[in-house]
Amino acid sequence: MKPTAHSKLSRSVTIPNELGLHAHAAAKVVLLAEQACSQVFIIKDGQEADATSILDMIGLYCPCGAEVTVRIADPADVKVLNRIVRLIEAGFGEL
Amino acid sequence: MADSRRKTLSLQGIGASPGIAIGRAYLLEHEDVGVIEERFVQPEEVGAEINRFKQAVKKAQENLRQIIDDVPEEYRDHVYILDSHMMLLKDRMIYDGTIEQIKQKHLNAAWALKIAVDQVKAIFRKMPDQYFRDRGSDIVHASKLILENLLGTGSRKISDIDKRVIIVAHDLSPAETTQMQLEKVKAFVTDLGSHTSHTGIMARSLEIPAVLGLTDATRLIQADDLVIVDGSAGTVIVNPNEETLTRYQERKELLEAYQAKVTRTSHLPAETTDGHRLTVAANIGLLEEVVSVMDHGGDGIGLYRTEFLYLNRPALPSEQDLFDNYRDLAEIMGARQVTIRTLDIGGDKFAASVPWGEEMNPALGLRAIRFCLQSPEIFMAQLRAILRAAYFGNIRIMFPMISQVEEIIQAKQMLREAAESLDKAGLPFKDDIEIGAMIEVPSAVFMADILAEEVDFFSIGTNDLIQYSMAIDRVNKHVSQLYQPLHPAVLRMIHRVVQAAKTAKIEVSLCGEMAGDLINVPVLLGLELDAISMNPISIPGVKNLVRTISFEESNRLVQAVLKQATTSGVLALIQEAYGTSLETASFFQASGE
Repeated sequence: MKPTAHSKLSRSVTIPNELGLHAHAAAKVVLLAEQACSQVFIIKDGQEADATSILDMIGLYCPCGAEVTVRIADPADVKVLNRIVRLIEAGFGEL
Repeated sequence: MADSRRKTLSLQGIGASPGIAIGRAYLLEHEDVGVIEERFVQPEEVGAEINRFKQAVKKAQENLRQIIDDVPEEYRDHVYILDSHMMLLKDRMIYDGTIEQIKQKHLNAAWALKIAVDQVKAIFRKMPDQYFRDRGSDIVHASKLILENLLGTGSRKISDIDKRVIIVAHDLSPAETTQMQLEKVKAFVTDLGSHTSHTGIMARSLEIPAVLGLTDATRLIQADDLVIVDGSAGTVIVNPNEETLTRYQERKELLEAYQAKVTRTSHLPAETTDGHRLTVAANIGLLEEVVSVMDHGGDGIGLYRTEFLYLNRPALPSEQDLFDNYRDLAEIMGARQVTIRTLDIGGDKFAASVPWGEEMNPALGLRAIRFCLQSPEIFMAQLRAILRAAYFGNIRIMFPMISQVEEIIQAKQMLREAAESLDKAGLPFKDDIEIGAMIEVPSAVFMADILAEEVDFFSIGTNDLIQYSMAIDRVNKHVSQLYQPLHPAVLRMIHRVVQAAKTAKIEVSLCGEMAGDLINVPVLLGLELDAISMNPISIPGVKNLVRTISFEESNRLVQAVLKQATTSGVLALIQEAYGTSLETASFFQASGE
């Protein structure tokens, strides 16, 4: 990842809710990511997960306090990117 | 009739719900690899196999939708689990993963699905967090739905069972139990599960015999095998011979006749022939079990295990959730006393983000009062809920696993803070709630006189006390025979605690499983416990026995028993004094030796 080159395509955010990125939270991400024209990824410690797969995202293991990066492949999906970041910042509605 | 061609097997598991059932086995599922057909498909069949898989997923989604729609009102709490299963059915890692296996390796769909699921399960197993790890079972349950449709067993639904059977399963998911017509279930037998698992608690509250934790029951028992389930002893006998069958049939009839007889008088107090009254209360883990307490004439609730509300859910219960639950319990019980035990689990059971880490010795680790004192927010919510609920009924509070007096002092300090905060908030609560300590750690036995100065009552938790003092893990098959509630060491410890309580003039009760076992009752009575608390179903028999014996005589028995060197010495004395009274009882006495 080169944040400078792709700054418009990715944003970092800290998981704020107690349960972290668990199944139900991931399900909410899926609903947003499915609206994208191209691929959307959640990245933690250099590992990428498909944001349309609950299991892939849970597999990253992101507890409360984990730093994740949301990345889109197509600049057209910047709205989806922003909405996912907002969802995470809001603790998936669990705060 | 027993089938003479099949071998008789006797399996030992965990007796999670007492009673005897005899019937035909109904195998609920085939989770193990053995029954999944593993074959390669011809290159020209790959497309068709993929379609078969897609159809199975579609059907599974329809089935699950139907299950969700059919969930009765009282189980609505479980629906969120099913909703996430719905999404998992179409998750890329399972869905695309399976299709990929079929395409690349030409596997049949069921085998391909199993491989995809195993890969996901492996990821989950590596997670450091218990809550995340537990989600692995969600995937298993979701994939099972697809598998049923692939194997064509989907039509054999639990809700379609047309005769009364013994359910044999690897594990039972909430989705399965909510669909079950329970009047068709004679007993539960499972590979996994324990006394405190969902199935165990449910079986007890419904009074369906259950033997859990048998490891490989689904492999050893075949569909339609004749099976005897003894939920008291934790025994399952498969394909019994005529003699065994007759013996258990007689035992079952005697048990039922006996239960019917003693239940008729169970609402009356347990008063000895010489007029001494023993309080006989119930241990429960679920609000729903209160019905069983009433039916069996419990004088109160001696132990309410509060863990269940914290488990099986993604987030901690709110103070309001806890309050509603405790208040309901108190209101149903009315004037009868309810003893609420504060949380008795370890930090590892929590979904919270706090990294508790793996414990080497969970039984000796950060649990119960130790965990609560280190997690003031969790503890405070429970303390406030209990104080608020106590305003509406006869509630008292009890702290588990006290090993030193400082813990009681700290817990009481927090209880005072909880009261002050409620006072400030203007919420109604009971200010002078009775406070008790559970005596279940040997250090507490020896310090009982000191602890007695700090509390209003003691409750001796013999399950843990025996484990801790005799260094025996009773779930460990190799040493469980050494777990002896009537060992003189155990009786001397109980005696010592009772004496400390009497000197300090505080109440003392006992809430271990030994209280529900009739053979122990004369000794417990003679040890001068004020109350004993047990599984609701054991109450009628215990009350009935107490009414046939004299307090004075039981006191004399205890004097002699305390001088014995061995458990067998103690047993001989009991047999000599109460052999005839216990004879009928021995037919249904909990747990085999």
